[in-house]
Amino acid sequence: MNHIISVLVENKSGVLAKISGLFSRRGFNIESLAVGTTDNEKISRITIVVTADESSIEQITKQLHKLVNVIKIQRLDSENAIRRELILVKVNTENKSRSEILEIATIFRANVVDVTKTSLLLELTGTESKIKAFEELLKPYGILEFVRTGMIACARGK
Amino acid sequence: MGKISGSQMLLKCLREEGVEYIFGYPGGKVIPIYDAIYDEKKIKHILVRHEQCAAHAADGYARVTGKTGVCMATSGPGGTNLITGIANAYMDSIPIVAITGQVSTSEIGSDSFQEADITGITSPITKHNYLIKHVRELPNAIKEAFYIASTGRPGPVLIDVPIDIQNALIDENVKGEINLPGYKPTIKGNLKQIREAAFKIYDSKKPVIFSGGGVISSNASTELTEFARYSKIPVTTSLLGKGSFPENDELSLMMAGMHGTKYANLAFVNADLIIGIGVRFDDRVTGKLSEFAKNAEIIHVDIDPAEIGKNVKVKIPIVGDAKAILVDLFKEYENIVKAKGEANRDEWLKTIKEWKIKYPVRYDKNSNLLKPGFIIETLYEITKGDAIICTEVGQNQMWAAQFYKTLYPRTFISSGGLGTMGFGLPASVGAQFGRPDKLVFDIAGDGSIQMNSHEFATAIVNKLPIKIILLNNGYLGMVKQWQELFYAERYSETCIRGCVDFIKLIEAYGGVGIRVKDKKDVEKAIKEAININNLVLIDFWIDPGENVFPMVPPGSPIDEMLEYKSGGEGHK
Repeated sequence: MNHIISVLVENKSGVLAKISGLFSRRGFNIESLAVGTTDNEKISRITIVVTADESSIEQITKQLHKLVNVIKIQRLDSENAIRRELILVKVNTENKSRSEILEIATIFRANVVDVTKTSLLLELTGTESKIKAFEELLKPYGILEFVRTGMIACARGK
Repeated sequence: MGKISGSQMLLKCLREEGVEYIFGYPGGKVIPIYDAIYDEKKIKHILVRHEQCAAHAADGYARVTGKTGVCMATSGPGGTNLITGIANAYMDSIPIVAITGQVSTSEIGSDSFQEADITGITSPITKHNYLIKHVRELPNAIKEAFYIASTGRPGPVLIDVPIDIQNALIDENVKGEINLPGYKPTIKGNLKQIREAAFKIYDSKKPVIFSGGGVISSNASTELTEFARYSKIPVTTSLLGKGSFPENDELSLMMAGMHGTKYANLAFVNADLIIGIGVRFDDRVTGKLSEFAKNAEIIHVDIDPAEIGKNVKVKIPIVGDAKAILVDLFKEYENIVKAKGEANRDEWLKTIKEWKIKYPVRYDKNSNLLKPGFIIETLYEITKGDAIICTEVGQNQMWAAQFYKTLYPRTFISSGGLGTMGFGLPASVGAQFGRPDKLVFDIAGDGSIQMNSHEFATAIVNKLPIKIILLNNGYLGMVKQWQELFYAERYSETCIRGCVDFIKLIEAYGGVGIRVKDKKDVEKAIKEAININNLVLIDFWIDPGENVFPMVPPGSPIDEMLEYKSGGEGHK
């Protein structure tokens, strides 16, 4: 099952390597990973999506806690958190398909960020399932490039 | 304000941490530090003969004193040679601080001469590490390193210091500060859980305490012993727990596990409650995990929450320092006893007593051959347990654990988790520096001793009267034992007989060698060695057919043990 772990760390060099190293060392596969500073530039947030069972996720959380530069760890699941991912997708428009693709983009509220004679570059934000559906619909036209940020998540307000 | 160099600041910070010794080896990228050491009055630098041994010596020093050991090496190969020693300290949770030189900050990442990414390499085997990028970071890093290494679950910390930082100038009055927002070890245990544990223990008919290295590192042996005696609960230990409870006490079950006593393993299997304190339920102890202690509930006390529930299912977890928790547990338990009277464990203790009589750890006393069990037993009788016993790894280590009753904490020094051959001799060096008042023995095998025998030089130069009890069987004995038992006696690459004369070897360094082939000479030789104020090696030609028993075969439940079988091959 997919779990989201949101980790607050000291923003120091080598910290990301320590965290990703811990995952591989203990035999866990990272599905996605997103890193950025928080409102405090001395602190970064690392959002990690990992597939593991409950006991493994507990062990990995405890091991993460042991890293000296880790300040706080939060488990975020779909019920208590808002999850988002951003993608950029370049689609082939050589077969006079541009208008159809634009229609799909409108439905999904994706933005057009670049147009050429033969391609469209679309930007979309959403949950995993929305992005998956979008990707499936665009596939028949020919996806030239597909870039995603990795998931970020934030707990809902109380 | 006066300015001093980074190197001088480094030594100043180490002095402030109370460091007595640095075990180290110079090299190109630590020359500025060694230049400062040249003027150093307080801290003594001990020159080893290989960087690995610097880390092991710091480790041995830390184990006997409870203080943080310090080792030092140059960049590149100096640092990589430390790795086995650092990994060893990490696996056994021993506080050491390793300081390495590094190429200058401007050269980092350019594959320059003797450059190695030592913080990257040691990341999985250190509790934490630092690459110093500016001299002003140095005092804080050292202060934090000692704090991290020695608190919570102890462990090694590495500080990598580029050479330009060793030379850079810094205000001499700068003091290190600790700023670790994410590091807060839990000390006090949760009182509600401790109370629940006390009731569970009181109600238990067949409890066993399983004590580990955590009891020794938190200096909780006295508290553990008091609690066990008061509550009348038998105590078994892990290898690293040896010394946490006196093994001559009638409640002692000695060591449990693969080569533990059968009565300790039977106690686990038949117990209704196991109280694990400062242990990690390692596979060498549990045997086949699904069969381990099926009838028992488990109370697990550990300072590292990640250890709880990692290997075994725990009924009552208590996170915190063993000593603090044992103090609280004693009070809670005492309250129950005062209200309800003593718990009745007579039947359980009687059963255990019978097992102890029925299944002693033994060797063939009638054999004319020199049995390792006899040698270690004699050593125990002569020293009366009042000595520091270091071991190498393999059969020698297990015989030492089985036949030397450890009575005091910090007197049995052995590489448990990593199982590092070659650990014993350099650890003895560190141990003798830490405890100059004690007799230090290194119980060795002829395989292990050759891994770091160059440290004879360190012992001689520093006039360390270490005694090496060499159990020489001409084999890499533990592997040979497995080949004999599980690989159809196909002795692949395990015979090392006749390649070195250990008497000549020790004499070449200026030590004294005594050879013993007959069991009637054992006592005399050990006594003679003790009276010689020099490095002594006793080369005991033991029965090479003798194996370590009892033994839990790999993958078996721990009560299914192979019983003792005398070797009797003779020394060919």
